[in-house]
Amino acid sequence: MSADPTQTLAFDTSCHLFSGCGFPAPGLHSFLFEPIFGDANSNVYFNKTMLLALLGSIIIVAVFWAAFARPKVVPGKLQMVAEAGYDFVRRGVVYETIGKKEGEKYVPLVVSLFFFVWMMNLWSIIPVAQFPVTAIISYPVALAAIVYILWVSLTFKRHGFVGAFKNFTGYDKSLGAVLPLSMTIELFSNLLVRPFTHAVRLFANMFAGHTLLLLFTIASWYMLNGIGIAYSAVSFVMVLVMTAFELFIQAVQAYVFVLLTCSFIQGALAESH
Amino acid sequence: MSLLVQLAAEKPENPLIPPVPELVIGLIAFVIVFGFLAKKLLPNINKVLEQRREAIEGGIEKAEAAQTEAQSVLEQYKAQLAEARHEAARLRQEAQEQGATLIAEMRAEGQRQREEIVAAGHAQIEADRKSAAQALRQDVGQLATDLAGKLVGESLEDHARQSRVIDRFLDELEEKAEAAR
Repeated sequence: MSADPTQTLAFDTSCHLFSGCGFPAPGLHSFLFEPIFGDANSNVYFNKTMLLALLGSIIIVAVFWAAFARPKVVPGKLQMVAEAGYDFVRRGVVYETIGKKEGEKYVPLVVSLFFFVWMMNLWSIIPVAQFPVTAIISYPVALAAIVYILWVSLTFKRHGFVGAFKNFTGYDKSLGAVLPLSMTIELFSNLLVRPFTHAVRLFANMFAGHTLLLLFTIASWYMLNGIGIAYSAVSFVMVLVMTAFELFIQAVQAYVFVLLTCSFIQGALAESH
Repeated sequence: MSLLVQLAAEKPENPLIPPVPELVIGLIAFVIVFGFLAKKLLPNINKVLEQRREAIEGGIEKAEAAQTEAQSVLEQYKAQLAEARHEAARLRQEAQEQGATLIAEMRAEGQRQREEIVAAGHAQIEADRKSAAQALRQDVGQLATDLAGKLVGESLEDHARQSRVIDRFLDELEEKAEAAR
């Protein structure tokens, strides 16, 4: 094995079935990367996920730059595709949840979020990269934090302090005696659980997806010995199936992330009742 | 055991605890995307989408205007055509009427001329008759005088002579008539 872990695959390639070697199962270690430079213990380092994150944002900007820098009324192919994506998020997500009038202001944020998350997810099946950046909790947390700060401040701005408190706690007099309990749960749910699940939903999906892909990929390689080739073939089919499935899940998770974002913003803007 | 597994064993981190450097890079990466899209690229495309919408709506409006104009022109032409037909019919009617009056006038004129000619003929005949009668009267008087003189000059008993004279007279008459003709 190479001494530099950044240059290795996610598992020990010399290990095969019937060679007296245990299955190198994927695990938490599959999500750790030695820094390309810097020191992992010093908090000043640069590793593969950071590289992919920055590269991903450059790719997004490059694609949209090519499509929208000099847009034409009669669009070219790339502009048409980019417009379709833009229009999908704008109409299909923002207008649908927040409404056209109030939502227009948040379109750039939501569009950026959608394509950013999607690109970060897509890294999972792009050869050589093959790692979903969003499977590192920091990235979903960063995005969810932006959304959280936005919708909480929007709630205060729109409803004032008391109004925002009512909004967060789901204040409703008709609940009577249950009201304090309901308010406590709602407050907890809205201010603490909501941002947490918002980030973790994306993280966990990509984490699990990457683990599954790893599992079948490693198994395909590990069993490639003697009679194990037959099992290996089945496992490889599963790799292909899971890759296709991941392609789908990546888009779905990006969609869900921005849909939730919009629903939070919509909740912040909504009149209290 | 793999080096990576050892690595993981060295750092038994909770995957739900976000490492700060990645958080920072993640924010930077997102801000790059958001900055370009929000400040430049999406306003760009929005402008173009608006232009396109206007172009399409403008095109529809233009087409509608053209259609309306075509409709009005068509109606105008139809009206003009109907008017022209009316005019033609009126002109034909007028021409017919004029022709009829013209024919009637001609007929009246012809009638008048005919009557004039006839009247002139009658007058001529009358004049001729009068002058003839005049001439005749003179001739008859002369003749009668001649005849009487001749008769008186001859013996009344001589019947043969008498009849000869008469015959001669009549012959002279005839000659005269011949000469007069």
